Amino acid sequence: MTSEWPLWEIFIRSQHGLAHKHAGSLHAPDAEMAVKNARDVYTRRNEGVSIWVVKSSDIVASCPGDREALFDPASSKVYRHPTFFPMPDEVKHI
Amino acid sequence: MDDDPILFQYLLRLGDSPLILAQQLGAWVGKGPALEEDIALTNVGLDLLGQARLWLTCAGEVEARLGGAGRSEDELAFTRDGGEFRNLLLVEQPNGSYADTMARQFLFDTWHLLALRALLPSRDARVAAIADKAAREVAYHVERSGDWVVRLGDGTPESHARMQAAIDGLWMYTGEMFVPDAVELALIDAGVAADVRALEAPWRRHVDAVLAEATLSVPQNGWMQGGGGRGGKQGVHTEHLGHLLAEMQFLQRAYPDAQW
Amino acid sequence: MYAQMVETGVDAVRTAADMGGDERAFQARIDADIRIEPKDWMPEAYRKTLIRQMSQHAHSEIVGMLPEGNWITRAPTLKRKAILMAKVQDEGGHGLYLYSAAETLGVSRDAMTADLLSGKAKYSSIFNYPTLTWADIGAIGWLVDGAAIMNQIPLCRCSFGPYARAMVRICKEESFHQRQGYDIMLSLARGTPGQKAMAQDALDRWWWPSLMMFGPSDAESVHSAQSAAWKIKLLSNDELRQRYVDQTVPQADHLGITMPDPDLAWNADRGHYDFGAIDWAEFHAVVRGNGPCNRDRLATRVKAWEDGGWVRDAAMAHADRRAARAAAAAA
Repeated sequence: MTSEWPLWEIFIRSQHGLAHKHAGSLHAPDAEMAVKNARDVYTRRNEGVSIWVVKSSDIVASCPGDREALFDPASSKVYRHPTFFPMPDEVKHI
Repeated sequence: MDDDPILFQYLLRLGDSPLILAQQLGAWVGKGPALEEDIALTNVGLDLLGQARLWLTCAGEVEARLGGAGRSEDELAFTRDGGEFRNLLLVEQPNGSYADTMARQFLFDTWHLLALRALLPSRDARVAAIADKAAREVAYHVERSGDWVVRLGDGTPESHARMQAAIDGLWMYTGEMFVPDAVELALIDAGVAADVRALEAPWRRHVDAVLAEATLSVPQNGWMQGGGGRGGKQGVHTEHLGHLLAEMQFLQRAYPDAQW
Repeated sequence: MYAQMVETGVDAVRTAADMGGDERAFQARIDADIRIEPKDWMPEAYRKTLIRQMSQHAHSEIVGMLPEGNWITRAPTLKRKAILMAKVQDEGGHGLYLYSAAETLGVSRDAMTADLLSGKAKYSSIFNYPTLTWADIGAIGWLVDGAAIMNQIPLCRCSFGPYARAMVRICKEESFHQRQGYDIMLSLARGTPGQKAMAQDALDRWWWPSLMMFGPSDAESVHSAQSAAWKIKLLSNDELRQRYVDQTVPQADHLGITMPDPDLAWNADRGHYDFGAIDWAEFHAVVRGNGPCNRDRLATRVKAWEDGGWVRDAAMAHADRRAARAAAAAA
């Protein structure tokens, strides 16, 4: 008995114009079959117009322990959001 | 229409092969070699079953034009005896191992796609429309089953041996796919049916290419079953069909007046 | 339920006093309804319990394909055949989603499968009953899927992200399953006397096992209390069972078939149906392996796995060879 088929992460574009979104994962011996299997497993109800597959072991994820260091600084940059700048009511289209 | 009796026969041929093959694939559900593959093969079965329903419904409507009620898809599927089935011998061959199932699928899919595409210009608009829908589905089937023939042929020594044996064993059932009889010839002349004689060369090209990639050899034995107008298309079957129908038809036979 | 009597490995529900800093932070997130993701810190017992629960749930979907799959080749109409094939296929998909969710915790699907095939891992007791007639296919969709949905909808809110997301997908897909079962029952109930008898017989055989699906009362169970604290079990077995009974009795009435329980009666004071005593001896016997089909179900899975071995190996060998060829060409 050889090794288990590798695990792949599946990303589906559900409609033209939308981004690919993570749908789930599955096993396949190679990328080509992963795409086919993704079509059969994750688009049985017309869910997709495009598929990406990525070997799960190739995904590099941020570390949960770094969450504060990575993401907290952004929360202090409120001026990046348009609501930070109150506009006079009579000024339109801005 | 004058051609209606033979058109009815022809539509049964178009519908019965996918019906019988879908029935066979239904037996694999829950028992495939991997979960992903189980799901994928069932999609093929569902496509074929859907196509069979369209063809048989169409056949029943043509039958109605001949006088009488015309049978429904279910009456045609569940109450005809074996000799009235018009499917190819290839599709009634048993599931066997996964190599047998995939070899059968590959040899049939390759023919099926060519036949459906040849029906696209059919003068019968209904035939052309069903063929168009089916051809889109079957294009994927061809890709998938060819891929498996390559993977198993060029896999391990065991899978290679199994796939070669499967191709060798099924080869003799492929001949009748390319031999038209009087029913087909009349409809070919009328511009309704696919001229299967023209399909053999492209079929062989594709099959040869896939077998070569799979490191498999093309069978040398040229003897073909079902020749001389005595094959599946004419209702002369192998022993397997009777058992398959006994299982498929049992409820309708046991409760003939029931609605389900 | 699809996951019955899942052990948590604890002797008493963990309290704040038992917990270190990490665990307190973890529990605080759960209490605040913040999802736990695979790479987050989690207590080992939570991880193990989830693997046990999700894999048991997945095994149930996979073994659950068999009793219904038993009728695909004999479905009475082509339409019913197509619906049943699609439904059983969906169950395979649901098993796949659940295995995937468990795999995020570092356990392989092959390892989970090995536990199923060796008899070490459990699956829902309900699938060890036989499908003897076509009406059983209706009864499974109506009753078994009905009971499953009861449990699965709350699990969409469970604390573990991948499990919750899998359940959302499953619930969405499963919405047609129960209806197709009831639709079969409706056709039978409106059919010939023989068909009505078939429908009644199926209800007689499936009603009690469907009640057992929720598992024994867990009011006193430490494991259930711990799972509730972890929000991987959101309602008690008895609560779910009562909801199921309340929902299902009027549906049976509409079919004109009779629940096989003389003690079943509406209790206006409680606002619920009372029902008779469940034969837990039968339940435990089935869980221990003595149901009518335990041996057959497992043997079928073992055979499918073993027969598929050379296919999986060949596909992998081919992929390796193809990759090696591509690497050589690139070099």
